[in-house]
Amino acid sequence: MLKEYQTVTEIYGPLMLVEKIDGAKYGHIVDIELGDGSKRHGQILQVENDKVLLQVFEGTNGIDVDTSTVRFLAKPLELAVSPDILGRVFTGLGVPKDGGPDIIPDKRLDINGNPINPFARDYPNEFIQTGISTIDGLNPIVRGQKLPIFSGAGLPHDEITAQIARQATVLGKGEEFAVVFAAMGITFEAAQFFIDDLTETGAIERAVMFMNLANDPAIERIATPRFALTAAEYLAFELDKHVLVILNDMTNYCEALREISAARKEVPGRRGYPGYLYTDLAMIYERAGRIKGKKGSITMIPVLTMPEDDKTHPVPDLTGYITEGQIILSRSLHRQSVAPPVDALPSLSRLKDKGIGAGKTREDHADLYNQLYAAYARGKEAQELATIMGEAALSNEDKKYMTFANEFEARYVTQDYYENRSIETTLDLGWELLSMFDNVELKRIDIELIDKYMPRFRKEQKNEEAAKEE
Amino acid sequence: MSETIQGKVVKVAGPVVVAEGMTGARMYDVVRVSKLNLIGEIVELHGDLASIQVYEETVGIGPGEPVVNTGVPLSVELGPGLIESIYDGIQRPLESLYAVEGAFMKRGTDLPGLNREKKWHFKPTVEAGIKVNPGDIIGEVDESSLVMHKIMIPAGVSGTLQKITEGDYTVVQDIATVVAEDGTETQLQMMQKWPVRNARNVQRRLAPNEILRTGQRVIDTFFPISKGGTACVPGPFGTGKTVVQHQLAKWVDAEVVIYVGCGERGNEMTDVLTEFPELKDPRTGEPLMKRSVLIANTSNMPVAAREASVYTGITIAEYFRDMGMSVALMADSTSRWAEAMREISTRLEEMPAEEGYPAYLGARIASFYERAGRVQCQGGPEREGALSIIGAVSPPGGDLSDSVVQATLHVTKVFWSLQGRLAYQRHFPAIDWLTSYSFYKQYLKNCFDDADQGLEMDNLVAEAMALLEKESNLLEIVRLVGAEALSPQDRFALETSRTIREDYLHQNAFHKVDTYTSMLKQYEMLKTILFFHKQALKAIEAGVDINDISKLKVREDIARAKYIPQDEMEKIPQIRETIEKQIKELQAAGV
Ligand SMILES: Nc1ncnc2c1ncn2[C@@H]1O[C@H](COP(=O)(O)OP(=O)(O)O)[C@@H](O)[C@H]1O
Ligand SMILES: [Mg+2]
Repeated sequence: MLKEYQTVTEIYGPLMLVEKIDGAKYGHIVDIELGDGSKRHGQILQVENDKVLLQVFEGTNGIDVDTSTVRFLAKPLELAVSPDILGRVFTGLGVPKDGGPDIIPDKRLDINGNPINPFARDYPNEFIQTGISTIDGLNPIVRGQKLPIFSGAGLPHDEITAQIARQATVLGKGEEFAVVFAAMGITFEAAQFFIDDLTETGAIERAVMFMNLANDPAIERIATPRFALTAAEYLAFELDKHVLVILNDMTNYCEALREISAARKEVPGRRGYPGYLYTDLAMIYERAGRIKGKKGSITMIPVLTMPEDDKTHPVPDLTGYITEGQIILSRSLHRQSVAPPVDALPSLSRLKDKGIGAGKTREDHADLYNQLYAAYARGKEAQELATIMGEAALSNEDKKYMTFANEFEARYVTQDYYENRSIETTLDLGWELLSMFDNVELKRIDIELIDKYMPRFRKEQKNEEAAKEE
Repeated sequence: MSETIQGKVVKVAGPVVVAEGMTGARMYDVVRVSKLNLIGEIVELHGDLASIQVYEETVGIGPGEPVVNTGVPLSVELGPGLIESIYDGIQRPLESLYAVEGAFMKRGTDLPGLNREKKWHFKPTVEAGIKVNPGDIIGEVDESSLVMHKIMIPAGVSGTLQKITEGDYTVVQDIATVVAEDGTETQLQMMQKWPVRNARNVQRRLAPNEILRTGQRVIDTFFPISKGGTACVPGPFGTGKTVVQHQLAKWVDAEVVIYVGCGERGNEMTDVLTEFPELKDPRTGEPLMKRSVLIANTSNMPVAAREASVYTGITIAEYFRDMGMSVALMADSTSRWAEAMREISTRLEEMPAEEGYPAYLGARIASFYERAGRVQCQGGPEREGALSIIGAVSPPGGDLSDSVVQATLHVTKVFWSLQGRLAYQRHFPAIDWLTSYSFYKQYLKNCFDDADQGLEMDNLVAEAMALLEKESNLLEIVRLVGAEALSPQDRFALETSRTIREDYLHQNAFHKVDTYTSMLKQYEMLKTILFFHKQALKAIEAGVDINDISKLKVREDIARAKYIPQDEMEKIPQIRETIEKQIKELQAAGV
């Protein structure tokens, strides 16, 4: 039953109040027809008696109270899905935007989805090789994980996400990822960079794009990641695909949410973001994962820019509280031309432990990253001390650790955006860097592993071997 | 029976629904909203208007839809079948929901907390004819290999036990009859219900003077928690709150563990679900799942049910405590619970206090932790139970001035302060040894069968802590004038405190041996580290070069002592012999 009303009474910010409505339901959508015949879309935020509060996705510019007609569609926002969505580009509201035909739907899915029953989840434990040492070696990502990139304005997060999308493979398996890309308020240039990259590798054929660019309506962004994840769930859990979802940029999404909240005059939380931001973000991020008895999976890489590089800002802060780790980019490394400028210390993958080790990557992986972290942390401290007091004031120990940290940044962290390192290469590089330390200092590594892996890299031992051969 | 109250929805705003025509309804009554039968709870009454927090998603609900009052407050079902279960925030069994609904949660599915079909063997422990009162144990059920479930007389029932019969029953079949003085008969079943927002009754509160062992060195040695104690674990994301909670759920010497995943990650619950059936309790060798109950209301599940989840958890915990058991409850994270309160409060348009939280935040937090404690249980036979609560707190930006942290610290007796700085160095558990505290420290010595050992442990702990404090002062000096300015003794104090930090406090949760350290092994390890320290200082006094001491081979043994399995512990005292020997050799060489 479609109902039309011309009873708009108030318009403020991105919101509209419509009165004398019968039968409106919370969360359902509306079409709005303006006096000039153009159309907008809205969603019900609140119903009270016969009053309905709407958010207008395209913004309220040019809408008036007299001539607008609101049509209640008695359903939530939906995405029409079929296997044909692969290779297609949609707007941030799920409308085809590539000039191609409309999708003939197999079904229409509510974009809000439903929470995965925790009992139905399968623990993610399949290592994904990205070819990037700071990820594979130190913060390994597994299938079904949600691992964001915390970036800053002007830092190369686009290069890194493109590299991951290009190189990600699960060892020993031929399957390729399908890619779902949601652009929220990013520039045309940034979006095009990613599309070009996918086109070059041919991955564009198995990609679905939802594009809300910087000059597209801001409120639309609230729906964009939900469309993307609905597509991803369909591909993963109905078509058995392994899906890599990239959400870029979540900070823009949160700003749209803040705009709505401010317009509703809600009690603001930190920095004006609504108190329910955590819950709202969780409804998005928790859609990643694996499900018992299903072949496909959703791996998610949200990208966000930290305002003023501040990771305690509500957007990165709440994201970090929900996602399974974070890869943090550092402006100071970027300035020193370390690329990719991954700040290893505060970066973290929470799901690494069950995805690595014998039979997955290599038996020495866990001990090795523990040791690398311990040594790098100490080296970083020494670097700091050296900037305060001068290198001369460092003890010999500290000097050694500082050398390690410098080497680590120059050789382990630094790599080309097109260099695809195997996990063995990454692990061996770790051993090589640690070979400057005596066993006493390698407390985090099992003695047997040291005996097995280290000899190849120790200089004096190498020399001895060489001497023997002579 | 009064007429069922039936009202109508007039407003829907997210998880809050307002209904009219609700005259006669009481605060915290459970209602059913719309034909979808969504479960809700009344949280405010104004005339005939009731504000309802709805435990399920409200999309698609609108004015005019029916609201039916059930007339009962939100309650949990208590009885055999709790152990090994995983529930959502309002005690709906997630395993059965999965069987009915599939992987994605739908709405309006109503399933009881306790299985109605399963039969349990009930064995009376008393005979007919005796007088019974609330809390009296009348029988037991072998619920799991680790839990002997006591069947108790429910609240409000007293009289003469007229009949009690051994046999196999479902939780709702009659097992006994009680005749009150006025002649009214009550049929008893194994299942009883309890409203979650009320604390269960106890006879008397007792001092929590026994340590709850956790096998985590920094906790047991420096900041122990008692049976019946309360602990607050705040820290920014990624500092190890959840790992601490998981480690405790695995290794505490409690008889029952209740783990409440409140508004946190789905995969963390899956982790528990996959690990606990595999992991063995170090004391009994039985799978840990056999003593656990899980409540999982993850961050993407409805926010009102999240608010309820901690109450559901604590009520189940109290019930096992009432049987005379030591129970430990972990709540991860109480901040999400507080945020759920805030979200509901905002929708109710209540006047906010700090950070938008309702003014009653502190009171709610305090009364939650008040439900912990060591008690003499109600009823006979006389028995003691304990309920410990360990609450994680997730302050925005890791800022400890956050309202939830402050309100929690106000009432809890143990503070494990997790630091981002330590976590970034991968020093785990990232518990700050200088700012954390425990009010239960004085009970540590009682953990040892040998009283002298207990006293010695107290001294070792004090000595180690003094070194750690000294380290922080010395490092300050080093930062100002460089390490060269320090005396050899001070330089060695830095070495030893590094050893304490890296080889003792640092504990890898994912290492098969290191994940758990018995009290005795903690004592041996600490004793060895400090023994080396004293021997070395003596040698330094005698003129031995500090660099030579630092290079001693035995230091590697000290560093790796944590990896010595429990059943090879005699190797640790042997390290002390090696220390003596190697230092003597050094001195001899120097002469
Ligand atoms: N005791 C520990 N041993 C080893 N790793 C740990 C330990 N505690 C924390 N970690 C590491 O830190 C990560 C984050 O810990 P977690 O408990 O999930 O943090 P939080 O709950 O505070 O966000 C874990 O995934 C793990 O890699
Ligand atoms: Mg956590």
